[in-house]
Amino acid sequence: MTATAVTAPVSQVLRGPATIADLLSGRPMDEAAKLLQAEQDGRTIVYVGLGTCGLASGGMDIWNKLEELNRSGRIAVTLKKTGCIGYCQHEVMVDVKKPGRPRVSFGSVTLPRLEKIVSSYLEKDELPRDLVLGISESYPSGPDFEIPGDWAGVPRFKDLPYFKKQLRIVLGNCGTLDPDSLDEYLARGGYRALAKALRMPRKQVVAEVTASGLRGRGGGGFPTGKKWEFAFSQDNPQKYIVMNADEGDPGAFMDRSVLEGDPHRIIEGMAIGGYAIGATRGYIYVRAEYPLAIEKLNRAIAHCREVGLLGKDILGSGVEFDLTLKMGAGAFVCGEETALIASIEGKRGMPKPRPPFPAVSGLFGKPTVINNVETFANVPDILWRGASWFAGIGTGRSKGTKVFALTGKVKLSGLIEVPMGITLREIIFDVGGGILNDGTFKAAQIGGPSGGCLPTSLLETAIDYDSLISAGAMMGSGGLVVMDDKTCMVDVARFFINFTRSESCGKCIPCREGIARLQEMLDKIVQAPESEKGNMTLERFKAVIDLRHTCETIRDTAACGLGQTAPNPILSTLRYFKDEYEAHIYDRHCPAGKCKSLLTFRVQPEACKGCGLCKKKCPNGAIVGELKHSHYIVKDKCVRCGVCQEVCPFKAITVS
Amino acid sequence: MNHPCACQTTLPSTPPPAELAAILERFPSQKREYLIPILQVTQEKFKFLSRDAMIHIAQHVGVPVSKVYGVATFYNQFKLNPPGKHTIQVCRGTACHVRGSDQLLRSFESELGVAPGQTTKDGLFTLDIVACLGSCSIAPVVTVDGTFHGRLENKDAGKLVAEIRKGEGQ
Ligand SMILES: Cc1cc2nc3c(=O)[nH]c(=O)nc-3n(C[C@H](O)[C@H](O)[C@H](O)COP(=O)(O)O)c2cc1C
Ligand code: FES
Repeated sequence: MTATAVTAPVSQVLRGPATIADLLSGRPMDEAAKLLQAEQDGRTIVYVGLGTCGLASGGMDIWNKLEELNRSGRIAVTLKKTGCIGYCQHEVMVDVKKPGRPRVSFGSVTLPRLEKIVSSYLEKDELPRDLVLGISESYPSGPDFEIPGDWAGVPRFKDLPYFKKQLRIVLGNCGTLDPDSLDEYLARGGYRALAKALRMPRKQVVAEVTASGLRGRGGGGFPTGKKWEFAFSQDNPQKYIVMNADEGDPGAFMDRSVLEGDPHRIIEGMAIGGYAIGATRGYIYVRAEYPLAIEKLNRAIAHCREVGLLGKDILGSGVEFDLTLKMGAGAFVCGEETALIASIEGKRGMPKPRPPFPAVSGLFGKPTVINNVETFANVPDILWRGASWFAGIGTGRSKGTKVFALTGKVKLSGLIEVPMGITLREIIFDVGGGILNDGTFKAAQIGGPSGGCLPTSLLETAIDYDSLISAGAMMGSGGLVVMDDKTCMVDVARFFINFTRSESCGKCIPCREGIARLQEMLDKIVQAPESEKGNMTLERFKAVIDLRHTCETIRDTAACGLGQTAPNPILSTLRYFKDEYEAHIYDRHCPAGKCKSLLTFRVQPEACKGCGLCKKKCPNGAIVGELKHSHYIVKDKCVRCGVCQEVCPFKAITVS
Repeated sequence: MNHPCACQTTLPSTPPPAELAAILERFPSQKREYLIPILQVTQEKFKFLSRDAMIHIAQHVGVPVSKVYGVATFYNQFKLNPPGKHTIQVCRGTACHVRGSDQLLRSFESELGVAPGQTTKDGLFTLDIVACLGSCSIAPVVTVDGTFHGRLENKDAGKLVAEIRKGEGQ
């Protein structure tokens, strides 16, 4: 305590080590809530969303400006940083809570817009309606409040289409709480669930999780309670619990936002899990690409140690539990649990055959439970509110909610949490607001490199583990990429195959060699006709015959999940978009106009003024023509980079 | 000659340079579990993993140099060559791909004349690709020395590079 004595204590309500009885009495929660309330009395609080997406959109400039205004005395407000509320399209988001006014959110804040917020709302109490997103007071839960008379027409957050169909458990605190403050987490009832669990026999904690029907959110959907039971029943003095925060799906960031926005929630979840199975030590394996998440976790862990929420004797219960943070080093396959274990042990992240399952022999040969971030994030609420509450949400075999990173060609991309059983249409058109630029929906890619593409005919699919599998996709970790008619499905399949090929660890032949063959086949399908020599045409047609068979062989024979699911992007596009493959193969035509090598660039003689710009910019010298005379593209030399089309001031270059 | 593999090497009898020694001191020796963290801290300090550094690390951790090399080459994070003065990372995640990051990457490639993972001859730029920077809502995304640039178009590649070159007085 000596080193930290000079700085503020980590908690103003937990003086000295926390205890079970104290937490269960509700005193820390009430006092922390009162402190927060007192902070708001007579003082304006400004919250700036500084998760990774907020920072990427320039959040730090806004923060610095606010600090400067505070220093100069023009405003006198309390500044707070929050994580991401998931309305990423509108970053940078700034929330203002004035005394006597509900908390209100402003979107897409830039420095000029900030000036307007300051001069109209902070200085004059006039709400600049055009900048307001909505009233974020008591979102996602909390008592209803009255909208002030002069604010008529300003929507509540929970009534906005983007939030209306969402149900927030995992993201319940994200974006509204200061992740660096233990007291704010306590004010929302934090660590009560841990206290409650510590009073229950271990076996009963496991049973509660089993009864809730919680299934792993990392991809496979294995029942979490069952996994815990295996590890619980192992008779071994040393067990481990591991959190998988490797989030390898390229295009998904659910776990990151939870770690950044609400780190205490997953610490509490892990501590409960550790107690349940009898592990004294937990490891958090987090991507090195998430520096902010690592910073928040480290701080939260340090705070917990200081007040006895982690350590040799947590909450005075005599139970030992502590956490170690391990940074991943950038390998997709390390998300696979046996590879992850190898990586923590300091080895190359290569998967091992199972059994033995990690629950029997995992990290350092000891029984180990590995769960995803979102899985752990659900645990505190399950324990506190009870298994039957959780089991009441969702569908028959998929309980609770799922967080998705909604991205791609959708109007409102961001992070959403929806109850299981919601349809794809509701997610894309109600929550996401439809297709970007009012385009036409073509497909939704769910499950990342292991998942598949679902077409328009499956928009009514209810999102749960089992219906997604039967549709040829999978839940995966929660990436949901929306594609419009300008997206080529062959190109999407190629994209994922490129990815899995470069991420294959190389241990088993079907994956190492098979995926390389798949890539060659897809490359041939989109190859430019002129560059074909010798028997390449024949090879191309061989691809047509072999593609599906090769996919199925890899699926059935690869050693780990990476290889087994790698063909899914091809299989699902073959299933639903066969006509696109056929157009590429037989007509040498890319309907979406995406596969450049199949395009023909032409100069329209009537439109060309002969300015010579395209000729100058063409990287391959494929354009000929005299100044002031119409130009011409030599087909054999054209590399289809599209530069000419981009630079032409007269739009004289067309593609077909 | 520059090959960082150490199969032919007799291990140095010289102690590691002071800066590396300070890093090694922070981790218990003879524990394989600390190999990756040591490599990470070392790379953070020196920007890449030199052959000598890997040999010293191997001795500290108590594994053959070949194993250290195996780990260093397995993970994308580790660089065995010194990077350029500025690093441009182009996101090649799904969301960015759907919004045209493949073309954007090509623009950077032709602007700099290098492929991903390579450094320009003048040592000014390293071009890298990364899978999802977690900012998919402003796709396509590129970072320049850690600063994010979102919603880019192909022509922005040239502008970004020109801006840095200008800052370097070129
Ligand atoms: C190639 C591959 C990559 C994976 N990547 C992740 C990942 O990034 N995050 C994750 O939580 N699980 C990932 N998994 C699933 C894990 O192996 C494991 O099933 C999961 O972490 C278990 O946690 P859960 O039961 O809570 O879902 C991956 C699996 C495979 C085969
Ligand atoms: S895919 Fe590029 S930031 Fe996510």
